[in-house]
Amino acid sequence: MRKYTHILLGAALLVFALAPVLIHRAPYESTMGLVQKIFYFHLPGALMMLFIALFAGVMSGIFLFTKKPWADHYALAAAEQVVLFGAMTLVTGPLWARKAWGVWWEWDARLTSSLLLWMIFIAYLLLRRFGGPGSDKLGAGMALFALANVPFIYVSVNYWRTLHPKTTVVPNLVPPMAGPMWWAFAGFVLMSLVLFALRVQQEEQRARVEALYLAANEG
Amino acid sequence: MRIIRTVTLALSLCLALPALVGASQPSPPQPAQEEFVPLDQLPPEAELPAAPMVIAAYVFVWAAFVVYIFSIAKRLKRLEADLRTLEQGRRGEILR
Repeated sequence: MRKYTHILLGAALLVFALAPVLIHRAPYESTMGLVQKIFYFHLPGALMMLFIALFAGVMSGIFLFTKKPWADHYALAAAEQVVLFGAMTLVTGPLWARKAWGVWWEWDARLTSSLLLWMIFIAYLLLRRFGGPGSDKLGAGMALFALANVPFIYVSVNYWRTLHPKTTVVPNLVPPMAGPMWWAFAGFVLMSLVLFALRVQQEEQRARVEALYLAANEG
Repeated sequence: MRIIRTVTLALSLCLALPALVGASQPSPPQPAQEEFVPLDQLPPEAELPAAPMVIAAYVFVWAAFVVYIFSIAKRLKRLEADLRTLEQGRRGEILR
């Protein structure tokens, strides 16, 4: 496990080191100019938030129905990353919007539901931290609720009026822009895998320590 | 001497009065902008600079990763300390 983590970390650092060069070489978008370069970190962050929220929801479902501890460890590690990538998305987005739209924030369906998803996972982490016994099952229920929000976030731009670009933007990207975007996305995926592996390992150890404490107290 | 002082004060007041009155009165209304002004035709002072936004976005992404990695490292240290405590407790039991 550790060997693979080191390899993944090396690959992630390599991808991240090259990403600014590729982003710098990418052409300027005709109407937004320089500020559009935020896109190369904003979109991968948003995609990661949605994919990992899906994963956390599925793992929580598995945990609720099978009671397998590994599924709970995976869900908890994933939930932290939803908050991490969500914070990136919700901070880089308004920085871009201020210049491109003239406002920091719009209470449209996409932005509001993304904020809601992020807040659900913050609530999940607070519940896991301070909820005491049984918080794992309650948290799993919350993550399932958040899972239902993910498809809504994705399609919301196509159904409700918004300033946010639609889902057709990514498939229609020109290759000089698509290349750096997918490169940055690969960096995010690799970094996410490294952090996920570390966090799951840590959670497994924490469970072992807790079991040892319980055994020591009973003995 | 008193006359000079009075004249100086009166002159100063006369000079300052229009400025004071002008400051308290609203400036004459600007003609309303009647048509769309493209972004690239705006005067430089009216444009929001893009570079600070881009830099802030990239710095935040990196800072978020670093903070999260540090938080994992901190929790790992606490876990190791817990393990050490448990091991010491076990050794103590064996010695007893």
